Amino acid sequence: MYTFSSRLKMASFIMMIVGLLGIGIGFMSAPTTIEESKAMVASHDEGHGDGQSADTAHAVANSHGQEHAEGHDASHDEHVLHQLQNKPWAALYVAAFFFFMIALGALAFYAVQRASQAGWAPLLFRVMEGITAYLVPGGIIVFIILVLSVLHMNHLFVWMDPEVVAHDKLLQGKAGYLNPTFFLIRAAVFLGGWILYREYSRKLSLKQDASDDNASFKLNFRISAGFLVFYLISESIMSWDWIMSVDPHWFSTLFGWYVFASMFVSGITVIAMVTIYLKSKDYLPDVNDSHIHDLAKFMFGISIFWTYLWFSQFMLIWYSNIPEEVTYFVTRIEDYKLPFFGMVVMNFVLPLLLLMNSDYKRINWFVIFTGIIILAGHYMDIFNMIMPSTVGDQWSIGIPEIGAVLFFAGLFIFWVFRALTKAPLQPKRNPFIEESKHFHY
Amino acid sequence: MASKVIHAYYNDDDVLMHAVKKVKGAKHHIEEVYCPFPVHGLDKAMGLAPTRIAITSFIYGCVGLIVSIVMMNYIMIQDWPQDIGGKPSFSYIENMPAFVPIMFELTVFFAAHLMVITFYLRSRLWPFKKAENPDVRTTDDHFVMELAIHDNEKELKNLLMDTGAVEINVSEK
Repeated sequence: MYTFSSRLKMASFIMMIVGLLGIGIGFMSAPTTIEESKAMVASHDEGHGDGQSADTAHAVANSHGQEHAEGHDASHDEHVLHQLQNKPWAALYVAAFFFFMIALGALAFYAVQRASQAGWAPLLFRVMEGITAYLVPGGIIVFIILVLSVLHMNHLFVWMDPEVVAHDKLLQGKAGYLNPTFFLIRAAVFLGGWILYREYSRKLSLKQDASDDNASFKLNFRISAGFLVFYLISESIMSWDWIMSVDPHWFSTLFGWYVFASMFVSGITVIAMVTIYLKSKDYLPDVNDSHIHDLAKFMFGISIFWTYLWFSQFMLIWYSNIPEEVTYFVTRIEDYKLPFFGMVVMNFVLPLLLLMNSDYKRINWFVIFTGIIILAGHYMDIFNMIMPSTVGDQWSIGIPEIGAVLFFAGLFIFWVFRALTKAPLQPKRNPFIEESKHFHY
Repeated sequence: MASKVIHAYYNDDDVLMHAVKKVKGAKHHIEEVYCPFPVHGLDKAMGLAPTRIAITSFIYGCVGLIVSIVMMNYIMIQDWPQDIGGKPSFSYIENMPAFVPIMFELTVFFAAHLMVITFYLRSRLWPFKKAENPDVRTTDDHFVMELAIHDNEKELKNLLMDTGAVEINVSEK
């Protein structure tokens, strides 16, 4: 049995408290009036003498006539106000979704291992089950944020605003799908399905340990295969709902896979990191270098798969350059140049070079180091999906963003390691457990 | 060369593995082992150095990447920068997404083909090469371990008989 080390528990509480303070500061410092937002943008520009927004503001003022500029300024100011008001919300949403997505990616990996009857994985099932325990609090928090959006507490999803829809033919056309009630029903069904599978599979997994036949194992195999079908459909629709719809004028067909690749590689990375941590504390004596090697191979392979999808989406849109699609990347390349291309380096170039060597995949600290890069890269990936259409060029990585990441990281660590204490870390009667113990690559 | 070699035949890969370990333990040098299929762990038991072919492949891949970049930069950007369907051909980086499929394929092409050719060269394989197996049964169901004899024929024979060899032949090489 694993006992939650008090130092780690302490660290997770400190992260949560500091994170909450950061989130609170973010909400307190968000402007409530146009005057405040103007003052904020002005002080920001003073700090950086040749700030980009100052230049563009001048360019706008010069190119328009005097009376024209006044009308434009008013609507521009309101736009900036909404962007600044969105900042703490978007920071919260990105971090909440990111950590939820890790648990969901780990769940998909777990179901794949069960459905494929992998011989090496059973030793790590309890670690995966511990990570997927975060689905419940993480899913509920994401759902609450979505409900608050529907209740107009924020402007994350522009199509939820009836004012906006009334003046927008495109959104009216999509209202059959993008309407708040249906949106929340879909979210509830997906979350319910994922959590149901997780809880039931965990129950069967524990039951298998105590039983004297393999009925629970076989049932777990069947429900895992069934879950994967549900997961692929629901994950795709979830990505349209929760992420693509912050940009309701834009659409991409491979977006669901792209989000999937991101969550899958993050999930596998966290499985590897938690496994290495537990092994370093002597809680997983039978886990050997070959298990770590296999996980690192998955991190390597899925990182490249993510890049393949990222590039396929980018290149097809860049090549054909159809105005209604290409604005998505135009805004990202103009306002988010460093995060947008930086994440390709973090999610592709570094894992490719660091994890290519077979020997390096067996060095624990090396896998942890690469894992941190991959996780930071996929946080930037979600950041790049949400921020450009919610806060636009007002983005920054400051107190609200870091605070939200700290809070959810603390909650994640607390919940996952608390779940790990609930059952022995090694399954007793899994039919493949002997193979897994002697797994050697 | 008037040296003599001893050929020990085995008909089971497990027995062969034990025999290899035993012969290595007795500090005899194994010249060669002929197998009908890959025996997992045989290279480790024989103490063979790990292959470096993956490293050559990585280098070949880098060469392929450079070739593709230099080629397309010269053709599309330097030599004749035409406007083809509005694609920006002012600099390589501006038009790079269109070149990535070729960069990728040439990297894989160089890495794969040059690695295979390296393998053929290093293991001396070519179409009209004379086969080197000492006994045709080694391609079907027998394993042969070959040791050189240095005035210790009797001792070697006894050792190999102990390891479960089904047949032992001594021949001139």
